[in-house]
Amino acid sequence: MSQDTRQDNNGIVVKVVGLKKTYFLDRVAVPAIKEVNLEIPKSSFVSITGASGSGKTTFMNILGCLDKPTEGKYFLQGTDVSSLTPDRLAEIRNEKIGFIFQNFNLLARTSAMENVELPLVYSGTPKHERQKKALELLEMMGLKGFEKHFPQQLSGGQQQRVAIARALVNSPSIILADEPTGNLDSKTSYEIMNVLKKLNEEMGVTIILVTHEHDIAEYGQRIITFKDGLIVTDTVNSKDTFENKGV
Amino acid sequence: MNLPEAFKVSTRALYKNKMRSVLTGLGVIIGIAAVVALVSIGQGVSKKIESQISALGSNLLMILPGSTSMGGVHGGFGSVNTLMPSDATAIATQVPDALYVSPGVRWVGQTVYQNQNWATSIMGVGSSFPMIRDWPIAEGNFFDKEDVDASANVCAIGQVVKEQLFGGMDPIGKIIKIKNLPFRVVAVMAAKGTAGFGQDQDDMILAPYTTIQKKMLGIDYLSFIFVKAISSSSVNAAQQEIESLLRQRHNLKPGSDNDFTIRNVTDMLAAVMNITGLLTIFLGSIASISLIVGGIGIMNIMLVSVTERTREIGIRMAVGAKRKDILLQFLLEAVTLSTIGGIIGIILGSILSFTVGSFIKIPVSVNIFPVVIAFFFSFAVGVFFGLYPATKASKLNPIEALRYE
Repeated sequence: MSQDTRQDNNGIVVKVVGLKKTYFLDRVAVPAIKEVNLEIPKSSFVSITGASGSGKTTFMNILGCLDKPTEGKYFLQGTDVSSLTPDRLAEIRNEKIGFIFQNFNLLARTSAMENVELPLVYSGTPKHERQKKALELLEMMGLKGFEKHFPQQLSGGQQQRVAIARALVNSPSIILADEPTGNLDSKTSYEIMNVLKKLNEEMGVTIILVTHEHDIAEYGQRIITFKDGLIVTDTVNSKDTFENKGV
Repeated sequence: MNLPEAFKVSTRALYKNKMRSVLTGLGVIIGIAAVVALVSIGQGVSKKIESQISALGSNLLMILPGSTSMGGVHGGFGSVNTLMPSDATAIATQVPDALYVSPGVRWVGQTVYQNQNWATSIMGVGSSFPMIRDWPIAEGNFFDKEDVDASANVCAIGQVVKEQLFGGMDPIGKIIKIKNLPFRVVAVMAAKGTAGFGQDQDDMILAPYTTIQKKMLGIDYLSFIFVKAISSSSVNAAQQEIESLLRQRHNLKPGSDNDFTIRNVTDMLAAVMNITGLLTIFLGSIASISLIVGGIGIMNIMLVSVTERTREIGIRMAVGAKRKDILLQFLLEAVTLSTIGGIIGIILGSILSFTVGSFIKIPVSVNIFPVVIAFFFSFAVGVFFGLYPATKASKLNPIEALRYE
């Protein structure tokens, strides 16, 4: 897969400045993100970790253009997306973001192939082109022959690989993986993580991973830890993941 | 997402829930079938009544003895014997808008030909009767003025009488007996069918009114006078002229009630058409209520469906569906459901109309007008009752929708 080749902003894909998010529960302000500043260069593999309630999921939602910050700016590939309309955000999600979820979030009773095609349906890609691309990606994910299968006929690992194919199909700027191994056993978890790692290393796909599991977070080249709505540590991961796992 | 794509998604969603879709669509099917059937049957009945009334003849005035109300009491027609043959002669000579005038008397009795007999109604009329009633002669020649003046024992018979008395034989020139009086059959009337309020017009014998009056009934008064006006525009003028003439002839003081009644067939037709038209609209409106109930059924199921598919909506939004895409998807589902229901309803309604029509013997035809209206109505039901659930779906928050269990 070819990544977005635009070399804007000196290769910075994600730039977050003074970002805050406050929820209002019964008119009481609950700060989910107090203040975050962050830059993620292209082709990096970043793990975001932290306890539940640390603000990592809220941050992820904002990065995924599913939510808007209360204050601050979020530049995705140089474009300020912090104050766009819901429809513009939908377009950004469609063109620039690939999602991988904990519970796979594939459409039920819809074939693997059509699940992969889904983002292209909303971008208005012609059918034959959609199918060609979806087939390529499914094959790349080692799912050749499973195109016609429904999600409920596939194992968890296979379902997640369909989801990865779906996330890649629009050649997005970033892939957001929200606890991608949360519903998988450890063997399958490592398989999925290796798929992601390979995508990052061999094809330069920018991956932002959210997880609370340390061994999964270790796959990232950079590990960011959230606590109480703030980034508390931001370290470059020097360990070799493969050796650590004894693979 | 373009329209065909959205349509495919919607129809597939309906197909995946076959049973539910069928049951939900049933509401609209029944509603539309009821509207189409009731309107078609109503129009059929109305057409039948119309043809029956116009079968009486065009530009026709009927003068009957007795008033519609005399001193507040309904006397009923024929309860007084105020119409005389001289009235008919006066109308013929003094009313310029009257083209044909025929006096008439009525009797019901047994007719006999050899060993066949048949009870039928016998009408004594003038020689211009076929022209007045626009009633063609099938065989022979209708009796003329000389026969009437001479009180000749001649008669014309209807198709039913011919069938009953003569079977396949040629009746012209044969002698039949009515109340033991011999009558020579001179003509057979063309078939006119059941008309005039359930009366079979073909089950009838026509003879000179003079013959019936003098030789059979021994009366000098008339049961009715038929008048044909020169044209449809002169019907009302003729009616007024006849009224003033008869009032004058009957010595009625100004302000007193008529001792006769003039019926204008055109007016009768308009009045009846008005009533049957209203009845059809009324029936159609009642049927529309079931359509609205069907629409509510669609709305209900669509709301359930939106809730059930919250996660799906979230996924679609996450991968780039805009609000209008989601709106379109669910709206199309509702509209597809209602219009398919509408089409099936139109087919079922048409079948029902023809079945009922053949049972009660009315000429039902399913017009394009109620069908088109029904189709657009079912479409509108889908839009109207689908809009709220679809809007609800499109306004879901993608984060919450994705987390929905």
